[in-house]
Amino acid sequence: MNIRIKFQKYGAMKFIGHLDVMRFFQKAIRRAGIEIAYSEGFSPHQIMSFAAPLGVGLTSDGEYLDISVNSADFGQEEIHRLNQAMVEGISILGYQKVPDMGKPSMSLVAAADYLVYVKPEYAEEQQAGDGMASIFGDSKILQEKVQAFFERQGEILVTKKSKKSSIEIDLKGLIYKMEALQEPASQESGGRLFLRLCTGSSNNLKPELVLEAFCNFCGVSYDPFLFQIHRLEVYAKADEVPVKGEQARTEYQEYIERMKASYAKEGKPFPEWFPLAEIPYVTR
Amino acid sequence: MELQGKNTSELLRGSHHNSGKKERKLALSDKILLSVEKPARYIGGEVNAVMKNPDQVDIRFAMCFPDVYEIGMSHLGLQILYDMFNQREDVYCERVYSPWHDLHKMMKERRIPLFTLETQSPVREMDFLGITIQYEMCYTNILQILDLSQIPLLAAERTEEDPLVIGGGPCAYNPEPLADFFDMFYIGEGETRYDDLLNLYKAHRTEGGSRQEFLRRACHIPGIYVPSLYETAYQEDGTIASFTPKYEDVPPTVKKEVEMDITHTPYPRKPLVPFLKVTQDRAVLEIQRGCIRGCRFCQAGMIYRPTRERDVEMLKECASEMLRASGHEEISLSSLSSSDYSQLSELIDFLMGFKEKGVNISLPSLRIDAFSLDVMGKVQDVRKSSLTFAPEAGSQRLRDVINKGLTEEVILEGAGLAFEGGWQKVKLYFMLGLPTETEEDQREIPRLAEKIARRYYEIPKEQRKGKCQVTISTSFFVPKPFTPFQWAPMYDRDGYLARARIVNEEMKAQLNRKSLKYNWHEADVTVLEGVLARGDRRIGPVLAKAYEKGCLFDSWSESFHNELWMEAFQECGVSIDFYNLRTRSTDEILPWDFIDCGVSKSFLKKEWERAQRGEVTPNCRQQCSGCGAAQFQGGVCYGG
Repeated sequence: MNIRIKFQKYGAMKFIGHLDVMRFFQKAIRRAGIEIAYSEGFSPHQIMSFAAPLGVGLTSDGEYLDISVNSADFGQEEIHRLNQAMVEGISILGYQKVPDMGKPSMSLVAAADYLVYVKPEYAEEQQAGDGMASIFGDSKILQEKVQAFFERQGEILVTKKSKKSSIEIDLKGLIYKMEALQEPASQESGGRLFLRLCTGSSNNLKPELVLEAFCNFCGVSYDPFLFQIHRLEVYAKADEVPVKGEQARTEYQEYIERMKASYAKEGKPFPEWFPLAEIPYVTR
Repeated sequence: MELQGKNTSELLRGSHHNSGKKERKLALSDKILLSVEKPARYIGGEVNAVMKNPDQVDIRFAMCFPDVYEIGMSHLGLQILYDMFNQREDVYCERVYSPWHDLHKMMKERRIPLFTLETQSPVREMDFLGITIQYEMCYTNILQILDLSQIPLLAAERTEEDPLVIGGGPCAYNPEPLADFFDMFYIGEGETRYDDLLNLYKAHRTEGGSRQEFLRRACHIPGIYVPSLYETAYQEDGTIASFTPKYEDVPPTVKKEVEMDITHTPYPRKPLVPFLKVTQDRAVLEIQRGCIRGCRFCQAGMIYRPTRERDVEMLKECASEMLRASGHEEISLSSLSSSDYSQLSELIDFLMGFKEKGVNISLPSLRIDAFSLDVMGKVQDVRKSSLTFAPEAGSQRLRDVINKGLTEEVILEGAGLAFEGGWQKVKLYFMLGLPTETEEDQREIPRLAEKIARRYYEIPKEQRKGKCQVTISTSFFVPKPFTPFQWAPMYDRDGYLARARIVNEEMKAQLNRKSLKYNWHEADVTVLEGVLARGDRRIGPVLAKAYEKGCLFDSWSESFHNELWMEAFQECGVSIDFYNLRTRSTDEILPWDFIDCGVSKSFLKKEWERAQRGEVTPNCRQQCSGCGAAQFQGGVCYGG
């Protein structure tokens, strides 16, 4: 059976890179005594995969990993044990059972939400009205700048440099949502930015790239250390079929059609995105 | 199921960002942590790290391994002490490792004080700074630790505000090159006397006593050496004229401490699990201490006498608990000459039981025989793994000189068995520059490798899978204190490299040269290691000078700067040749003579003489040779 686990990453754990988080979970699963399945071969490894790697320095409330377990009765008890095996900075938020024919998270990821704000330790600079901090210092200014950058520009061209070449790409189509948040945050007084970005193995937009382009647009220099980027959620596209195999696909599609119809009857909009652990698999 | 697209404010609810959980405050800013390589080295908070409230303990102890995190975290000894100290409610022991070059630079520039990993507190605020000294090439890293902690480098310049700096580990058996920088050394195994030392500290502080008075009291605890309470005088020829306590009550010799019952002592059953992949990324079982073999070059074989085994039932229990508490997917055994552990097959059988739970067993280098090949065949992929032999010397004559009881016959028999079992790779370890070594001895090294390769090709062609590979590695021999070779001369850099060239040339003359491979090391580090290993207090200023010039992480070839070291020696007027090239007289007062390591100087002398005559000394199980360690009332020769 496959289980999709949702976890958060905060505090000092933001300095632990993706590969080390994987190693951390491999050991945590053993500490928790979860009956995970192993691959075949001379040196078997745990069957485990992660949805979308999170860069070092970013925090998150929406991290996902898929595991394959031997026992059919995986539940709250296992999640509790797994949580006991965590450290400060990583906690399990929930889980979803994924049918055997379910595609792995990694191949479903299509978008991610981020929250961007100036780190509290830079609050002084922010008040002093320097550069980027000054734009984030006032949510009204931030909103104006965001509108000018995102809504009023037909295209947002940036140059992406790789080892060999540099190519120009248009960010506009990869940014699904960008807005300045109006409600005041609990601790810091400054404005916050919300981003929904195209994410995944085929097309991936890093929030840092958007921020850099935004800073350039605002005519201020981009200081990567100034901002805390916090991932809120990771999504699959609602119109992507999340299962393999003809029968499973057909069943799923029929199920979704029925659901869409009932949403339409009630006059509710059908979501465009599903958070990874809330995909409406057909269960029997 | 209700599906609804969440709006932004719904998404933010329940976000950790707003939940106000209390987070541990880090000593370094985000900006610094995100600018250095591997920030995980500096944040602590690992699984099984001990968290205590520092306000609720009497003694704060910073325990340091003076090398980068990945190396330091792999050391078992430090984990044993960490576990043992933290079992005391009145003590909080935290860890410190060497900041890598990148962070070192930033900390120096911004005057950021070095901190402990657990509570991220300045090391300067601790009561003790304990430093384990595992190899000579970490000495400049010790100075870095003191410097970044903003503790005066010289013990003499420290005040009541500074932590007491205490050293331990194998290099403490000749603490003299470091004498200026340490308030005290602990000679021997930590299990026995740290409680006494910590209790004395607590009592002394309650009484309001000074630092100097504490050190004077501490020198009476067995195993504790306070260098400032002794003075050395030198003769005109540079050798030591006298080494004497400054005061009458200060003991003239310091005897090493040994824990005789290693079954009923603290063992870290909940090992720390680092986030980074460290050198030793596995659970480690120390199965025994000491060694019965008596190789004459080996310091560990002498200073850890007598041999003591841990009870196999205790080890089984530890193994299960460690794997459960750490989640490690590998377990390894640790000891000198593990094949001599009497319950080895029972222990390995037990550990095999973890294989089905996906736990690998990493074997120590075992004597190659039918038993070990059988075990290796079960736990490793035969085609990928290699066999290891450590003949240490190429000729039988020289193997007799160093008392390495391995014969050519045994090697060829083991290799033959292994080749027939499907192995194709063999690694051979040798030393060059051993006492009495001749060019003929050097040429015997590749010839032995050739014989092993020939043994492989004796197997009918249809039964073997392609070529074999015999890899020869040589290191240059460095004489160490408390070994029969402590009086032996070394060579200069060119002398060592000439030896390696001879081996290389001889290898190329072999018939099966295409199946042979030869690796050797640079010789500069060897020369330096020699001076530091057998140096005296006059080396202290050279260390300080080298650190001042920028020497750091000298055990890392990419950061070793020989020219800076040479400048330091020159500017301090200290001759390397004096320490390395002389054959010391057995009458000479050696800098470490005031330490009693249990093995007597007369035994070492006798062994030095037997070595020169090429006479083999039987191992401790065969016959007691009266080394002196039986005074600790244990070991295979005791009462048996």
